[in-house]
Amino acid sequence: MVNVSKKTTGFNDIVKKIGFPTIFIGGFWILLLIAGGALGISINTLLSDTIKRAGMNGILVLAMVPSIQSGTGPNFALPVGIVCGLFATVWAIEFGFTGWAWLFVSIAFSIPLSVVVGYLYGRLLNAVKGSEMTIATYTGFSIVAAMCLAWLMIPFKSRNMGWFIGKGLRETIQLDVIGGDKILSEFLSFTIGGEKGIIIPTGMLLIFFLCCFIVWMYFRSKSGIAISAGGINPKFAKSSGIDIDKGRIKANILSTIMGAIGIIVYSQGYGYTQLYTAPLMMAFPAVAAVLIGGASAQRAKVSHVIIGVIIYQGLFTTALPVANQLFEGTDLSEILRMVIQNGIILYALTQVKGGDN
Amino acid sequence: MNNENISERLNSSKVTTWLADNIVSLIFVAFTLFGFLVSDGVTMNFFLTELSSRFFRNAFLVLSLIIPVVAGLGLNFGIVVGAMAGQVAIAIVLYFGWGGLNGLLLTMLIALPIATLFGYLTGILYNKTRGQEMIASLMVGYFAKGIYQFLFLFVVGVIIKVPKTHPMIKPDGVGVRMTVDMGAYDKGGLKYALDKIWEIPFMWAILAIFAAILLLQLWKLIRNKKNPVLYRYNKTMTVINIILSLVMIAVSIQAITTESSLMMVRKVPVFTGLLIVALCIFNELILKTKLGQDFRSVGQSQHIAEVSGINVDKTRIIATIMSTVFAAWGQIMYLQNMGTLNTYGAHTQIGMFSVASLLVGGASTQKAGVKHAILGTLLFNSMFIMSPEIGLSLFGNALLGEYFRTFMVYGVIGLALGLHVWRTNKKGKATLN
Repeated sequence: MVNVSKKTTGFNDIVKKIGFPTIFIGGFWILLLIAGGALGISINTLLSDTIKRAGMNGILVLAMVPSIQSGTGPNFALPVGIVCGLFATVWAIEFGFTGWAWLFVSIAFSIPLSVVVGYLYGRLLNAVKGSEMTIATYTGFSIVAAMCLAWLMIPFKSRNMGWFIGKGLRETIQLDVIGGDKILSEFLSFTIGGEKGIIIPTGMLLIFFLCCFIVWMYFRSKSGIAISAGGINPKFAKSSGIDIDKGRIKANILSTIMGAIGIIVYSQGYGYTQLYTAPLMMAFPAVAAVLIGGASAQRAKVSHVIIGVIIYQGLFTTALPVANQLFEGTDLSEILRMVIQNGIILYALTQVKGGDN
Repeated sequence: MNNENISERLNSSKVTTWLADNIVSLIFVAFTLFGFLVSDGVTMNFFLTELSSRFFRNAFLVLSLIIPVVAGLGLNFGIVVGAMAGQVAIAIVLYFGWGGLNGLLLTMLIALPIATLFGYLTGILYNKTRGQEMIASLMVGYFAKGIYQFLFLFVVGVIIKVPKTHPMIKPDGVGVRMTVDMGAYDKGGLKYALDKIWEIPFMWAILAIFAAILLLQLWKLIRNKKNPVLYRYNKTMTVINIILSLVMIAVSIQAITTESSLMMVRKVPVFTGLLIVALCIFNELILKTKLGQDFRSVGQSQHIAEVSGINVDKTRIIATIMSTVFAAWGQIMYLQNMGTLNTYGAHTQIGMFSVASLLVGGASTQKAGVKHAILGTLLFNSMFIMSPEIGLSLFGNALLGEYFRTFMVYGVIGLALGLHVWRTNKKGKATLN
């Protein structure tokens, strides 16, 4: 956007390069920030919240990259990965781990679990080529609903998770009891600009960037490039001897792992682990974020994730107080979220080159 | 590979194919029967009362899904948008305090242009998201929900000024209340405005329905005799249908004459039923018109349809508009039976439940008919009634049944869609090889 004054590169070229949705929604966010500043809302608080929420959601958004690259489209079955992460979290609490041990055990347990589940999910996607997105959405929904039964029926003993009366797990499990509340967020965290400055949750950002780096590196390895090639042009990739189906499975395993780690990082940042129907709709914000960052339903990069998650989360952390100040008593920011989040997904769908039947 | 082998593989044992085709319906039948076995709290009366009221509430909405399937758009989760149009119409009518049968007809009339507009817009969207209509229709429902809330929570009150004291408006004067009472029928409200016109006992309705089926089958037989080349029907199915209707007629006559407990089942709304039958007939008849043939050819192959001079985009938009308008009317019929307008929740589940019902009846993304819709609505709602009971009697926890119900809804859609795509892909491979 710096180049706007230069006439040599046309305005349209720049819009094309960055992507219309990114500019439009990013611009809207900046407008809201300015409006917020004018209304006397602390910009520092808004930015702190933005960074916090971007860090919480970052890895979940990152999960979109492998699946988009492999050609299965945005991972609408993100809840599959999420329940793996939740399952691991719950077992770690059940075995009495606390603090850092809880975090590591959760992540360590969630990875093999999501490898197995991701493999099965990848097999499923290979069987339903052509309708991946619809099937993925319903796979995610079904898994969440099936896990509702599991949360209720598995006889967990830990008193930190059960209802006070009756069987089953609570809807939300407080993590402060086991010392897991914001354990990563507060690790090495510091503030920029004095007392009321911008809070940087170093630990959480570090793990986010670490995951970004892993995905980025992976797509530069031989196996990663093969996956991307299969996503761009399946026929060409096949004729050059790449096993596309295997690539798609690998990518979806990676995506599922990211979903699992993502929800653990999310939970510790939030301070609560949410079970039952909470993960049902979690795929859509993540899909929307990566699309806002400039990805399409067929191509996505790690940079899209970072830009997208900041703009998406920034927009809604800013919209809430601003809308409340301007129109008291209305729920305008939630409405805005719904329209923008689902609007961007629809926009991306219109860009998919669909075949004739 | 030689040709014989392929055909052998395609027609591999008829029983397996039949099972695979009807697996979803069979699961539901088994589930309902299982429910009767384990739960002793469910009497036949309770079950039939629940089932019939749920059937008359939902059937119209499920039937509204058929035309888009024929036209190749897949399962239109976007009927949510139609439901919203219906609710907007209801809100307008309730705001001005109209009611009764005239009020209901007015509601339907108001809903018509709104739903047409919404349908037109979604139709354009589907044309732009070709090949991904189903996920697009799901997303358009969520998207429209945002717009709808903007309209009801913000525009009403901030932009359109409304009196604070109106019973529909929230106390602070902005936005419509969460639930709005639609007013009793005898006091000039909308509740039961359609249902209460004429009600007959349940068993009489059963008698009438099966008598009609019997006549239809006999007519088919006669027509078959006259011109066996033109009208070929499945003989065994016809015979089974005739026997079934005779048995049901006998049962209902027995119940009516002996005044058995089955006569205690809640009465059946005739006009709602007639409207459902009308939509069934409409769905069948439209396929015989030029437009219906266009739907079909577009559904089979857009390319071939285009080449043979059909305006594909326009046909698809018309199909979407029809579906949306019927969904709007269906939602009005649904809500007049419920009696309260759950302003922000009534439309949310409509798409899922209706699609699940249709799939349970044995439909797929490319093939759906009246038969599937009717059977599906019955089976799906049976499951809905039974699952809390099963949860309660097997595990002592009704909540478990509720979760199980949700799982069945999502699972059935996923399973039916997945199986269908998988089989299509497999067939494609078999012929390609």
